[in-house]
Amino acid sequence: MGKVKKSPWVLHYDGASCNGCDIEVLACLTPVYDAERFGIVNTGDPMQADILLLTGGINAQCQEVVKQIYEQMPRPKVVVAIGTCACTGGVFKEAYNILGGADTTVPVDIYVPGCAARPQSIIDGIVKAVALFQQRSDEHDKEKKTGRREEG
Amino acid sequence: MSSVIAIVCFLVLAPFLGGLLDGLDRKISARMQGRIGPPVLQPFYDVRKLFNKQTIVVNKAQTFLMLTYMAVQIFVGVLFFAGSDILMCFFLLSTGATFLVFAGSVTHSPLSTLGTNRELLQMMAYEPAVLLTCLGFYLAPPDHTFSVSELIQTPVSLILYLPGFFVAFVFILTIKMRKSPFDLATAHHAHQEVVKGITTELGAKNFAIYTITEWYEKVFLLAVVALFIVNDNPLSYIAAVIVALAVWFLEILIDNTCARVKWDVLLKVTWVVTLLAAGVNMLILMLVF
Amino acid sequence: MSFVVPFLICFPFLVSILMFCIRVNKVRNAIAYASAVVIMVAVGVLAALWGLDGGETVLLYQNTEVADHVISVAEIVLMVAVTYLCFKYKRYWISLLMIFPTLLLLWLEFFGPELAPLNHVRIDHLAILMCIIIGLIGGLIIVYAVGYMHGYHHHHLEFQDRRYYFFMLLFAFLGAMFGFVLSASLLWIDLFWEITSICSFLLIGYTKTDEAVENSFRALWMNLLGGTALACGIVYFALAQHDVSIINLVEKGVFENSATVIPIALIAFAALTKSAQLPFSKWLMGAMVAPTPSSALLHSATMVKAGIYILFRLSPAMADTLTGSMITFIGGFTFFMASLMAMAQSDGKKVLALSTVSNLGLMVACAGVGQAETVWAGVFLMIFHAISKSMLFQDMGAIENSTHTRDIEDLNGLIYRLPMLGRIMFIGIAGMYLAPFGMLVSKWAALRASVNEHNIILALLICFGSATTMFYWTKWLNRLLSSTTEPKIKDITKKNEQISLIIHAVLMIALCVLFPVLSTTYVEPLLLETFGYSSAALPSKLLYVLIVVIVVIFAVPLIAHSATKNIPANQKISYMSGVNRGDNRDFTDSLGDPKELQLSNWYFKNYVGQRKLMEPSSLVAAAVIIVMLAMIIGGALR
Repeated sequence: MGKVKKSPWVLHYDGASCNGCDIEVLACLTPVYDAERFGIVNTGDPMQADILLLTGGINAQCQEVVKQIYEQMPRPKVVVAIGTCACTGGVFKEAYNILGGADTTVPVDIYVPGCAARPQSIIDGIVKAVALFQQRSDEHDKEKKTGRREEG
Repeated sequence: MSSVIAIVCFLVLAPFLGGLLDGLDRKISARMQGRIGPPVLQPFYDVRKLFNKQTIVVNKAQTFLMLTYMAVQIFVGVLFFAGSDILMCFFLLSTGATFLVFAGSVTHSPLSTLGTNRELLQMMAYEPAVLLTCLGFYLAPPDHTFSVSELIQTPVSLILYLPGFFVAFVFILTIKMRKSPFDLATAHHAHQEVVKGITTELGAKNFAIYTITEWYEKVFLLAVVALFIVNDNPLSYIAAVIVALAVWFLEILIDNTCARVKWDVLLKVTWVVTLLAAGVNMLILMLVF
Repeated sequence: MSFVVPFLICFPFLVSILMFCIRVNKVRNAIAYASAVVIMVAVGVLAALWGLDGGETVLLYQNTEVADHVISVAEIVLMVAVTYLCFKYKRYWISLLMIFPTLLLLWLEFFGPELAPLNHVRIDHLAILMCIIIGLIGGLIIVYAVGYMHGYHHHHLEFQDRRYYFFMLLFAFLGAMFGFVLSASLLWIDLFWEITSICSFLLIGYTKTDEAVENSFRALWMNLLGGTALACGIVYFALAQHDVSIINLVEKGVFENSATVIPIALIAFAALTKSAQLPFSKWLMGAMVAPTPSSALLHSATMVKAGIYILFRLSPAMADTLTGSMITFIGGFTFFMASLMAMAQSDGKKVLALSTVSNLGLMVACAGVGQAETVWAGVFLMIFHAISKSMLFQDMGAIENSTHTRDIEDLNGLIYRLPMLGRIMFIGIAGMYLAPFGMLVSKWAALRASVNEHNIILALLICFGSATTMFYWTKWLNRLLSSTTEPKIKDITKKNEQISLIIHAVLMIALCVLFPVLSTTYVEPLLLETFGYSSAALPSKLLYVLIVVIVVIFAVPLIAHSATKNIPANQKISYMSGVNRGDNRDFTDSLGDPKELQLSNWYFKNYVGQRKLMEPSSLVAAAVIIVMLAMIIGGALR
């Protein structure tokens, strides 16, 4: 059905990160990298977001928050883990408060490694996520048509 | 007959025009910031995407309130292009906006409620200027009328009599179009302190309704700007379009050069400008004509 | 008709005495119901008889010697009673405001010049309209009051149960109002005027708490000050023209007769006190300590309209005069300032009171301009305001009985928790300010008319006042609609209260739709009668467009509602940065503990609160009144 890949809106959540990756994520929106070229909008609102960008490891305090934000996003949705910490827990993996990477809490689709992940790789990851987003959207439409999964 | 054509044109073309203006707006803004920016058709891609997503709500009443909001705002435009009473159009516009406020507050969510309060404040700030502009159209010679169909047939452009009203109206247009420095309730820009303000709790489809309503409203507002210019000379329509586009460009420029202000500054500045520009102009009109 | 009019005036007074005598609640309630119905029927009969007669102005009762004597005696009785109360509560000087005008009028009657014969009763469109408002709304309020007062004394055991006294006052008040609007003689008008003032004073002091006594005396002196001005105006006119007919006063006033300028200015000033305009707004605010039916009856629907009524009567004589400018300015100024102050109020009843003051201001301003167009707007404002405010006050009272609060912030989600009362409140508030409803259309007309009259100050005040009005009503509606998980409240509203409320709501909606019909069949003839010409502020073509708009505004939400009702939608919890605890009510705070979420509207107490604005705006208004009155009287005497 409709092409949704031209308009991926991302929501950025910072777990237990050192903020290195967050700076890089925001750098993507600056004139140098200009992610908006691809229609990417960094919205702050899960209700309107399509792609969840997670940076940093997950600790006990933010686990519930990540779950809730993921829950609030309307289907179809894609999760991207950005940076080594979000992928695996990184250097903090053994810390007493860290549960591990983002996939300990929500199903992660795309992993973007790097410490910190470079803007080019972040954009690359998002572009991959966009393709997946389109695929899921098509599946979503098909399911809706065949009535296998009722909305709601 | 001509009013029927105008209505149909408005109903069909306004969303395209509004969306296109929105896309150009994003493009121009990007260029002002030294970026390439999204494609011009980006707003349409966005809306198409939003409609393709799952229907989510926080409160079931939201959808119905948003639909009412859209229907009333479109109806306002229809009345305007049918050449009806301009004062009635603006009263109804406020009523429509009230439904948006209800949709924002019905969720009982903190960010949305904060945005709602700010939206109400914005409405209070721009309402006097809007009403005064209508009175200005009425007072301008030759004939006293609120009827749009008669206002477009004046021998000279009304802006000659109404410069102050024009200033006041363009000033509050910044609020109505949700441009910085006055975009307190919700903004087109990401990452502000109230997240998305009044639209925070709008799920994908409701947000699409909101966006389309904004397009209709934008066209209606620019048409009011054009009403300042239009006269019985057909050439004036070209001038009106140019002026409306110039005003629209001015708003983009303001948007990209100003930092947002606090609510009390918004209220004070808007009311003072309204009083000085529109009030003084009205006084002169009343004394002279 | 010559029988119905005295019946309408005397019957409530007789019932009033009966109410005082009967101390058995059930019997008294039954009689109160029956009398309310009788009064409504009598009003209906009067209106019908007059209508069948062709709707012409009817003048009655030229010789009324007996009634005149009764009135003289009544005046003396009132004077003695008020003086006694003033001394009992040690407010000695207030009694002077009662003694002086009474003696002045008695002197006029017995030692003054021979007065020209006149018809004491005049029945015309305006009088019938007022009768219908008083009879219908008043009757419904009495029906409501029977149930309300039962609950009131059930909850407030600290107050002595003096319901017999309360109903006595309500009925006496109704009788006085009928007398007031039907009289053409200024002497009669003055008596009924004083009775309404005193009824209001006694009703405010009903609970006898210190606050109630304090507020009741404030109401008394402000109203009596107006009464004094009225008496002075009457005596001046009688001495100058040997006449006490209000009709002649207005007729002569239209031609700028120097002898009428001063009386008109003084009577208009009296109307300002009655209608609680600045600087006299404080008494109406204080009156909110009284039980709710009296607030509804006196302070919104009928008594404050007495001032408006007299201004409408005088309005042809106020066109393009200094008095007219004064009245217009004070009205417009009050409209704006009161709506600003209402923004900072969270007590529901006080918001209603301030909005009453504010709307009265608009009506006063409309009358002050003195053109048929503005009075057209004013008359419609009066009709809609009477119904919607009486409804809102009664609803607020019922809500207070059920929820034990009248703070707007505590009424969160009322429309789900108390469905019937919540919905009625929604209709009432929507009727007060949303676009195609009556109040807004009237405001729109007022705006048009003020521009037509080139009255820039009024136009500006209406524009800015509309904005502030919208603010405080919308935020109230927001609270009503806001979703909530709080439990439902048991609706303990009595049957009779519900009946009254529902009739109000139906009337309100019917009037919105019948608006254009009412305009052509009733209000335009009314103007023709008052001004000799008629002009609707909104052309009738527009009124029919308006009907379309009304239908759309009613239909769109209904269609949208039924269209979206069955759409499957996934319900999510609201966004609180991901820290809700499962629902929209609690969140996890920074220490990891649950905390309840509390949302509130904006109030700007430090910017536009009553404490901040009441004193300065009263001072400005008082200064304007004093200067203008000095100019008017000085100019006339020169």
